[in-house]
Amino acid sequence: MTRIVTIKTRDLKESAKGCGECQTSKQACEKVTK
Amino acid sequence: MIHCFKFDDKNIVLDVYSGSIHMVDEVAYDIIQMYENNSRDEIVDAMLSKYADRADVNEAEIDECLADIESLKEQGKLFTPDKYEKIAIDLKKRRYTLKALCLHVAHTCNLNCSYCFACQGNFHGERGLMSYETGKRAIDFLIENSGYHKNLDIDFFGGEPLMNWEVCKKLVIYGREQEKIHDKNIRFTLTTNGININQDVIDFCNQEMHNVVLSLDGRKEVNDRFRVDIKGNGSYDRIVPKFKQFVEARGNKSYYMRGTFTHFNTDFVNDILHMADLGFKELSMEPVVTSPDSPSALTEEDFPVLCEQYERLAREMIKRNEEGNGFTFYHYMLDLTCGPCIYKRISGCGAGTEYMAVTPWGDLFPCHQFVGDEKCKLGNIWDGISPEGKELSYEFAQVNAYSRPACKDCWAKLYCSGGCAANSYHSGGKITDIYDYGCRLFRKRIECALAVRLSNLSEDDIDKSLGD
Repeated sequence: MTRIVTIKTRDLKESAKGCGECQTSKQACEKVTK
Repeated sequence: MIHCFKFDDKNIVLDVYSGSIHMVDEVAYDIIQMYENNSRDEIVDAMLSKYADRADVNEAEIDECLADIESLKEQGKLFTPDKYEKIAIDLKKRRYTLKALCLHVAHTCNLNCSYCFACQGNFHGERGLMSYETGKRAIDFLIENSGYHKNLDIDFFGGEPLMNWEVCKKLVIYGREQEKIHDKNIRFTLTTNGININQDVIDFCNQEMHNVVLSLDGRKEVNDRFRVDIKGNGSYDRIVPKFKQFVEARGNKSYYMRGTFTHFNTDFVNDILHMADLGFKELSMEPVVTSPDSPSALTEEDFPVLCEQYERLAREMIKRNEEGNGFTFYHYMLDLTCGPCIYKRISGCGAGTEYMAVTPWGDLFPCHQFVGDEKCKLGNIWDGISPEGKELSYEFAQVNAYSRPACKDCWAKLYCSGGCAANSYHSGGKITDIYDYGCRLFRKRIECALAVRLSNLSEDDIDKSLGD
């Protein structure tokens, strides 16, 4: 039986492969939502 | 590293270094926590003993669960090793370029809030308004030092920026001219107490401001305890109608109702719900940042109350979402599939490197919370960063999610990026310290944020790594 349900998330390891266009953070990365 | 926690009927497992999130039943929850330090036989014995009365927990089922865990581990979604230390070191060496300025267009205020970290708007110094020429130079300084960044952010801040509104408008017009010339995209934002909002402010902001932050502490008696004018009169009755008019006219553009809670309203969820019931849907309520000696400072005795409140808020948001009457809470907004990359998660807010505050006289500070502390002055917009400022900026570049020993084993460090340098500085005297009270609250908020997000899943949100 299924005891583990994995939720889709951005893979942080993959994200290591930094554009800096996000807002300084008085939420979404613009690059991957385009 | 993994973090396992329960929220009501949910068992949640966060794989820290991959960012993966799993919802599991109680058997898998127990097995996952034993997995790394126990043999297969020890796990089987423990589960058969604990769940002796359950037919669905037998040796074959436990082995199937163990196989699923192993499969997730092989896929890099569970027990993922930490391989980001090198990135953290590289980020310390990076030559940073500026991408955001906090323009203190007014070091004065038409309210006299006793808890204000800006000391009623003057930041422990003299009162003053930023001139148009100083503001223009600040925008030029930002563009000149922005390097490859296309997106730039400028926040009109104070004090109360609407006390210098004509300059704000002229600076937006100037910024729009300059962004075309230099191929930049400037996002302007405004933070206001609402007293001076009028139709001109509403129309101009809705045309030009990417976001507006409207300060309201919630219920009338709570708001008017601190948010009073010079004569001591509360502001609620004056600002709420203006905020309603502003937000209604804003359409689908971003705004935030932003409150502060203190020792005097640890039941702050009532204030959030009050704002939601007024019709505001984008809400934020922040713990006060003040001296521990202040009567409004949060105490250790308050801490469990605040945690209970954050849980209560999560449950209320889940309920209202299901009823189709939801609202957003700043700290519970998690974009799981398109969230920030690992570089952003390690490096944090960029204070002192990518983000700086400009006083009305053009002096530069690492962020708005350092303004007024002469030891933290970086330079000015005419002469640039001073030699001492460069040393200080270098110090800020050194602090990230991997630089503080206290963060080493913290599961939330890739959500907070090592926390707020200003909070660390004001609580411990060094930006390399941590603000432990804030850390503990932050961890609670992230758990609640995940619980809210996982209560509103669709089939598209499910990763089929293990098959159906």
